[in-house]
Amino acid sequence: MTASSFIFYVLAAFILGSGLLAVTSRKLFRAAIYLLFSLIGIAGLYFWMNYEFIAAVQIVVYVGGIVVLIIFSIFLTHHVGAEMEQPNRLRMGFAALAAFLSFVFCALVISKNEFAIPDQAPVPLTVDRIGMQMLSLTEHGYILPFEVVSMLLLAAMIGCIVIAMKLPEKTS
Amino acid sequence: MNHILFLSTALFFIGVYGFLTRRNVITMLMAIELLLNSVNINFIAFNKYLYADKLDGVFFTLFLIAIAAAEASVAIAIIINIYRNYRSIDVDDVDSLKW
Amino acid sequence: MTGDFKIILIPLLPLLSFLLLGLFGRKYLRESSGLIGTLSLLGSALLSVFTAYNYFFVTGKVNGVYQPLVVLQQTWLEFSPGVNIDMGLLIDPISVMMIVIVTFVSLMVHVYSLGYMKGEERFATYYAFLSLFTFSMLGLVLSSNIFQIYIFWELVGVSSYLLIGFYFDRPSAVAAAKKAFIVTRFADLGFLIGILVLSFGAETLDFKTLIERLTTSTPQLHNMVITTFLGFSSLTWGLLLVFAGGAGKSAMFPLHIWLPDAMEGPTPVSALIHAATMVVAGVFLVARLFPVFAISAPGALHVVGYVGALSALFAAVIACTQTDIKRVLAYSTMSQIGYMMFALGVSGYGGEHGLGYMASMFHLFTHAIFKALLFLGAGAVIHYVHSNDMEDMGGLRSKMPVTHLTFLIACLAISGIPPFAGFFSKEEILTAAFEHNKLIYGIALSTSGLTAFYMFRLYFNIFWQKDFHAEHSGHHGEGPWSMLVPLMILGVLAAVAGFVPFSLFITSDGKELETSVNIVFSVAPVLFALTGILIAWRLYKSENEVPAKLARAFGSFYQGAFHKFYIDEVYLFITKKVIFNLVGRPSAWIDKNIVDGGVNLSVDLTEDTSGLIRNWQSGNLQQYAMWFFAAVIGLVMIFMSAWK
Repeated sequence: MTASSFIFYVLAAFILGSGLLAVTSRKLFRAAIYLLFSLIGIAGLYFWMNYEFIAAVQIVVYVGGIVVLIIFSIFLTHHVGAEMEQPNRLRMGFAALAAFLSFVFCALVISKNEFAIPDQAPVPLTVDRIGMQMLSLTEHGYILPFEVVSMLLLAAMIGCIVIAMKLPEKTS
Repeated sequence: MNHILFLSTALFFIGVYGFLTRRNVITMLMAIELLLNSVNINFIAFNKYLYADKLDGVFFTLFLIAIAAAEASVAIAIIINIYRNYRSIDVDDVDSLKW
Repeated sequence: MTGDFKIILIPLLPLLSFLLLGLFGRKYLRESSGLIGTLSLLGSALLSVFTAYNYFFVTGKVNGVYQPLVVLQQTWLEFSPGVNIDMGLLIDPISVMMIVIVTFVSLMVHVYSLGYMKGEERFATYYAFLSLFTFSMLGLVLSSNIFQIYIFWELVGVSSYLLIGFYFDRPSAVAAAKKAFIVTRFADLGFLIGILVLSFGAETLDFKTLIERLTTSTPQLHNMVITTFLGFSSLTWGLLLVFAGGAGKSAMFPLHIWLPDAMEGPTPVSALIHAATMVVAGVFLVARLFPVFAISAPGALHVVGYVGALSALFAAVIACTQTDIKRVLAYSTMSQIGYMMFALGVSGYGGEHGLGYMASMFHLFTHAIFKALLFLGAGAVIHYVHSNDMEDMGGLRSKMPVTHLTFLIACLAISGIPPFAGFFSKEEILTAAFEHNKLIYGIALSTSGLTAFYMFRLYFNIFWQKDFHAEHSGHHGEGPWSMLVPLMILGVLAAVAGFVPFSLFITSDGKELETSVNIVFSVAPVLFALTGILIAWRLYKSENEVPAKLARAFGSFYQGAFHKFYIDEVYLFITKKVIFNLVGRPSAWIDKNIVDGGVNLSVDLTEDTSGLIRNWQSGNLQQYAMWFFAAVIGLVMIFMSAWK
């Protein structure tokens, strides 16, 4: 086994382990931290795949933004140190069963399929290439989704403010 | 490449399990993040191994990260509203939309 | 033919008057509604007389035979080529005679009601109903299509219902109206089936075509005669069923039960409907189809004859015992219509053989006059005495001279005393019966004696017998002019109408027929009549014990006659014990338990099912997600397996 695949297996174990702990942990804050680890593991995976830009974006946005947001909301709504209740056994078992069986099914599908890896020269993934293609108007340009996503972000921001704001008391 | 797909599938179903099982709304949100991430891994894997000369998977991933951020923020806003109205963030308590 | 459109005005004027009075009468036109009704009827009457004059003397005859003329025809509904329901007007001798009679008697009743119904709150409604009835009756006699006659038949039934139940706050009137309508409706079921049989066989609904097809040798006639059911040909069945409808409307035995009860209506109504016009509709129907009866189905004609004769005798016997003067007159009507029916029954077709037909129509004509006169006179008496019962009356001849005189004329006419109208028509009937069927002749002769007896019993009881004690009333005079003038006009007519040379105009085949009075033959009936009158004189002119002793002597027969031979009780028994219990109750049970139960069961099932399913919508987000997820996996599996 090469070093590359060894690193891959380590990363995979790390990601899956943290994920599993994140969804089963009984302490809320710990679950958030496990999520953090899982996301960092995924970023590591991207690094291993030589997609540095994506890895960086993942760390900056996901880890630095979303997880922080989640932690803020935990502090806003919860007694941090307390334990959470267990869901009832029936639901847990059922969900576990469903997830497991579906995983087996998908795994079977994947393993039956042979992906033909073409012999093409990989394109180096530099930032300027990504930027140029994102903003170009030609056939492979992604300028339209770019604009749409930016509008989505704007809408999300405004939406959050509207949903979560406290209306001032009306004094008659 | 199949291994990466196994990884992402497993992560996906871990996320599903977490979504269906957890009682706290914030942990459900965390499980959703896991789901989205598994999809991201899938896109990158396909891009790297099957379509190495194009960048479409990368773009998908970028946009998906952006969208996930937006969605997480809206979800937090809703959670705060729920906490204000129901005084609890247990998803079993938020069942007013029943018969 | 000139005057085409004037003919349609004859039924149209009363229709317009009905609409006007019906819609606006109660609020706006109460005082003048009587005048409006009377004027429209006057118009119709004049037009009818003009039409009759035109038809009989000017244009009707072609080669010496009166032709049936179809004046207007409009196809309304076409079932198949040849079988259409047309709306049209048919002018032939009997329909012309009928429109003259109907409009004239209706006019008399309208004038009379101006006085009789004065002060009635629903005055306008009354005149509206009278106009509706006149319209329906005129439509009936002018119909050119057998289905059209059915439509107007039912309309006449409705008008009769409305008029009998005019005093709707009286339960007896309401019950009588219902009874009349239900009994005639039941008879009309037979009529409708008869129409269907006849029209199916002859492949047409039009009268002219129907009669032509079923009296000459055509394939349709052949088919109808060949197909038999229970031993009778389909033609006989059709005609008998049609006659059943006619028997219901004309109160023949055993469908007569509604006629005595129908006397609950106002007396002018009884005069118009239940004496002169509606009840003869059955006779008119048989006369209309007479060629078919006489030429192709003489068996059916025999049935008609016997039913008529039986009804005549039956009614005469009952009339001898009744004390309500209107009921006596009702049974008398039934008896006289029986005369008309059996006169048709013993008739043949063509020339001398058709004497019965001519006599029947002649009797219809004279009967309308004197029966209307009798009823109107009875109305005047009731108006004066405020009671229907013979016991309350007596000695009125000095107090009501006009009524007395005209009533006497009418009684003499109905008894068949020459030279009054009834003598001539009855004589023709008896001649026809003598030549064809001796049994019916015997029944007719004895019935005429009974007729004289009970009519004069009535006469003496009202106008002689005892002195009238003016307890209840009598302080107003005999009646206003509007009530007396019709009596006088009808009285004059009852005296002279017999001299009309009827056979020149109306015969079974349209050709003129010379008839004369056979003096020797007439001796027997006149003798019977005079005997009846003398017996009545002896028993009833002054009060004595003889009637009561006779009643006891006849014993149970008298009791039976007094109770109308218990026919009503038989009907009640059949309907209550048999039909209600065997058919009505089980049907009600099925409806309530099985039909309703089925519906209730489906409701309960739905409720229970929904109660079970309802918990699916628990509001629990994760449960929804679980189902969603399961469905997605399922779909993926299906797509994957189907895609290969």
